[in-house]
Amino acid sequence: MSGAKGLDLTLKIWRQKNAQSKGKLETYQLNSVSPDSSFLEMLDILNNELIEKGESPVEFDHDCREGICGACSLYINGEPHGPGKRITTCQLHMRSFNDGDTIYIEPWRARAFPIIKDLVVDRSAFDRIQHAGGYISVNTSGNTQDANAIPIEKEYADEAFDAATCIGCGACVAACKNASASLFVSAKISQYALLPQGQVEAKNRVLNMVKQAEKEGFGPCSNTGACEVECPKGISIENIARMNREFLKASIAE
Amino acid sequence: MSLDSNIPEGPLKDKWTNHKNNINLVNPANKRNIDVIVVGTGLAGGSASATLAELGYNVKTFCYQDSPRRAHSIAAQGGINAAKNYQGDGDSTYRLFYDTIKGGDYRSREANTYRLAEVSANIIDQCVAQGVPFARDYGGLLDNRSFGGVLVSRTFYAKGQTGQQLLLGAYSAMNRQIAKGKIKMYNRHEMLDVVIVDGKARGIIARNLVTGEIERHSAHAVVLASGGYGNVFFLSTNAMGSNVTAAWKAHKKGAYFANPCYTQIHPTCIPVHGTQQSKLTLMSESLRNDGRIWVPKNLEDAKAVREGTLKPTDISEENRDYYLERRYPSFGNLVPRDVASRAAKERCDAGYGVVNNDTNEGVFLDFSAAIDRYGKEEAHVRGIENPSTDEIRKMGKKVIESKYGNLFEMYQQITAENPYETPMKIYPAVHYTMGGLWVDYNLMTNVKGLYSIGEANFSDHGANRLGASALMQGLADGYFVLPYTIGDYLAADIRTGKISTELPEFKEAEQKVTAQIESLLKNNGSKTVDYFHKKLGLIMWNKVGMARSIESLNQAIEEIAALREEFWNDVKVPGDANELNSELEKAGRVADFLELGELFARDALERDESCGGHFREEFQTEEGEALRRDDEFAYVAAWEYTGKPSEAIVHKEDLKFENVELKTRSYK
Repeated sequence: MSGAKGLDLTLKIWRQKNAQSKGKLETYQLNSVSPDSSFLEMLDILNNELIEKGESPVEFDHDCREGICGACSLYINGEPHGPGKRITTCQLHMRSFNDGDTIYIEPWRARAFPIIKDLVVDRSAFDRIQHAGGYISVNTSGNTQDANAIPIEKEYADEAFDAATCIGCGACVAACKNASASLFVSAKISQYALLPQGQVEAKNRVLNMVKQAEKEGFGPCSNTGACEVECPKGISIENIARMNREFLKASIAE
Repeated sequence: MSLDSNIPEGPLKDKWTNHKNNINLVNPANKRNIDVIVVGTGLAGGSASATLAELGYNVKTFCYQDSPRRAHSIAAQGGINAAKNYQGDGDSTYRLFYDTIKGGDYRSREANTYRLAEVSANIIDQCVAQGVPFARDYGGLLDNRSFGGVLVSRTFYAKGQTGQQLLLGAYSAMNRQIAKGKIKMYNRHEMLDVVIVDGKARGIIARNLVTGEIERHSAHAVVLASGGYGNVFFLSTNAMGSNVTAAWKAHKKGAYFANPCYTQIHPTCIPVHGTQQSKLTLMSESLRNDGRIWVPKNLEDAKAVREGTLKPTDISEENRDYYLERRYPSFGNLVPRDVASRAAKERCDAGYGVVNNDTNEGVFLDFSAAIDRYGKEEAHVRGIENPSTDEIRKMGKKVIESKYGNLFEMYQQITAENPYETPMKIYPAVHYTMGGLWVDYNLMTNVKGLYSIGEANFSDHGANRLGASALMQGLADGYFVLPYTIGDYLAADIRTGKISTELPEFKEAEQKVTAQIESLLKNNGSKTVDYFHKKLGLIMWNKVGMARSIESLNQAIEEIAALREEFWNDVKVPGDANELNSELEKAGRVADFLELGELFARDALERDESCGGHFREEFQTEEGEALRRDDEFAYVAAWEYTGKPSEAIVHKEDLKFENVELKTRSYK
C-alpha cells in the first residue's frame, strides 16, 4: 500500500539444531523489508535469502497467519509475540519497528516446552492437560436435548466465550517468571464452570487438570499478572481466581 | 469403472432414515477389533475421530500441526447454518436444502444436500451439549444472523470466532477419547501415501515431521479429512500448511478427483499489499449484514482516492456506486459469494478500483450507514431525544463493536486504518474449494474403504458454497454421517484381523515416498520452493481465477506443465531427511500442487459453461451474468489418474433433479 522505504534490520536469532544440542544467538542482516510485511513474512524473506546462500533456514511454528490457530510463538525483544498488545506474532507488522533496529528473536523458554529446533518448541504438555479433563462427557447421538432447552444468561454465555477464546499458544507460560500455565488451565476451567453443561464434572475436571499441569512441570502462579498482559486474546486473570475457587470447592468436597 | 453414487431409493425426505435402517451395523464387541485411520483434525476429521472412538472403533488420527486444535477450521469466522427456525422466519429443512442447491448453481447432488440440511439441527444440539459458547440474546436463547444467498436468519455464531469454538468442541470430544486410549493421536505427522491392498485402502505412509522417520500405519479403513486445495493459488485465506497432498496421493492411487475447477473466491478479503505477501486474510461475510459495498461513481474520484488526494468519506452519496444494491436490488449486499466477487472484479477491471497497489484492485465496505442506524436505535431505546450526530455515531460504534469488534481489530492491525472512521478496503481472494475427491452417498471414494469428508470431498456445495455451510458440512460428515455409513463397509471386516504393515504394498509405498524425498534433497537446484509456488499461484490467479477463457486456460495448462518440469530440474531443498525440515515439507506439497493445477485448468477448459465459482468468459449473458448449460453440463466431472494430469480420463456422474426445478439463478 505505501511506498515507504524498506527497513534495514539486524536480527539476533536463536539457532539450535535439536533438543540435545546447545543453541546460541546468530546475527543476520536483512535489508529493505517493507513496513507492510508481517513479522513472519520478514522471516520468510530471510529464509529465502539463507537458502539461496546455501545456509540452513530458521525453523519456526506458524500456520493460519491470522492470529487464531495459536501455532506461532516467538519471544521478540523480550516479549512473547513481540511489541503490541493483544496480537500474535503473525499479526505483528514491520511498521512496528524502525529502520536500523536490532531485533532479538528467541523461542518460548519453559521446562515444560522443550525446544525441538531453532524457534520451534514442543507444547504437547498443553494437549495432555486437556486430556485430563478439558471436555464435557457427551456422546454424539443426535438425541441430546434441544439447544434452546436450557436458557443461559447472556452475561455468563459471553464470559464463557471470552475464556474459550484461548488459542493455546503458550505466551502466558513464556511471560511468567515461574513458567506457570495457570491462565491456560483456568481459561478452560472457567468456560465450563460458567455453563450449566459443565457442572456435572466440574470437581474432577479442576482437580485433574491442575494436577496434570503440575506434573508437566509448569510452575505455580504468584499473581504477577504478566500472563494477562501478554495474552494475545486478552484472557483475564479473573479466570485464575475462578479456577482457584473451583479448586478449593472441589478439594473441600473431596 | 462406472460411477455409482449409491443414492438410496424412496422420497427425498425419507432417504437418509431408510438408509440408516437398512445398512449393516458392526456390533460393539467387534468394533474393538477394527482400526480406522483419520487424516486431518479439522471439523470433519476431529468430529469423525471422536465419534468413531465413542462408537468403539480403534482410531488413529494424524495431523501435520503440533496439536489437533490448530487445524484451519479454527479460522472460520462467521457462523454455522442450521434449519432450526428459532427465529420463526419460515426456515425449514427443505428451505435450507433448496438454498444450498440454488446457491451451488444446481451442480450438487440432491440426496446429499438434503441429508446435510436434515442433520444440521442435530449439530447445534450436539455443540451446545459440549459447551460451545454460541452467542445468545438477553432472554438466554441462541442468537442468529443472516448470510449471503438466503432470506432467513439461520446462522448460529460465536462472535467472529465460530470455527474456533466449534473446532475446540470437536477437539474436546477427541481429548476425552484420547484420554481413554480410543484415539491414538499422531501430531506433527504428514500422510504421504495411501496403501491399497487387494483393491481396498488398508493404511497410510506418514512422515514424522520431527524425526523425519517414515512410518507405516495399517487400518481397516482410511478417512481423508485433509481439507481443500486453495493454496494451489499460493495466496489464499488458507493456512500456510493447507495442502492437497493427502487427497492427491489418493487420486494417484485410483481415487477420482471431482470438479477440481470449482473454487470459491471470497468477496471480502483484505487486498494484497505487495510481492512479499505470504497469505490473505478474510473479513467475515457476516460484515455484509451491515456493511455496504461501493466504489466511486466517477473514474477521476477513484484515481484521486488511490493517489491519496481524496478521502472516501468526502465523496458524497450521489457520487458513490453501491453496485451490488444497484444490480441485485432484492439481495443487495447479501448476494452469494461468487456473484459478489465477480461484481467487484467487473468494477475494478473498469478502472474504479480504490487500492494503491500494482493492480488497483479493491472496493469499499462501508459501515457508516449501519453506525448511524444503530446509533439512532440505541438513542431511542435509551430515550434520548434529539441526539447529536456525535452521540449517535458514538452509540452506533458501540453496537458495531459488540458485533464485529474482533474483525475490526484484525483489519486495523493489518492495514493500520481504522474501519470505524473510514470504509474498509476489500477484494476477492481464494477461500474454499468445492471440488475434491469424488464420494458416493456413503462418503466413500471409488476406492473401497477409502472415505473422504469435509472440504476434502466434492459432495454438497455444487459449484458455489453458501456462507456458514462449510462448518455445517464438516460437522455433519464427521458427527452424523460417516460414523454410520462406514459401519456398512466395516461389517464385512469383522473377521479380517489386524492388517500387517509387512505386506509388500506397504513396503512399495514406503520406498516410493523415500525416493521422492531423496530426489528433492539431492536435486541441488538454484531456486527456492517458494519461487515455484508463487509462480504457480500467479498463473492460477491470472488464468484460472475469477474469469477463465479457452485462451487463458490453454496457456495455463502449458505454463504449469513447463513450470513443473523446471521445478524438478531446479528446485533447491536444504537440510536433511531425518530432521524437522519445513522446506522439505513445502517442496512435497508444491510438487503435488503443480500436478493438481494442470488438472484444475483442464477441468475448467472442458466445462463449456459458467456456473457458480466457475466463470467462463465465453458463456455469459448480455448483462454479464453466468450462463449455465444444463442440457449438456448437469454432471459431476470425476477425473481418473492415468499417469499424467494431461492424460486423466473424465467420468461423468449425471445429476438428477427430481425435487427442485432447474432455474437460472437470480438474485435480482
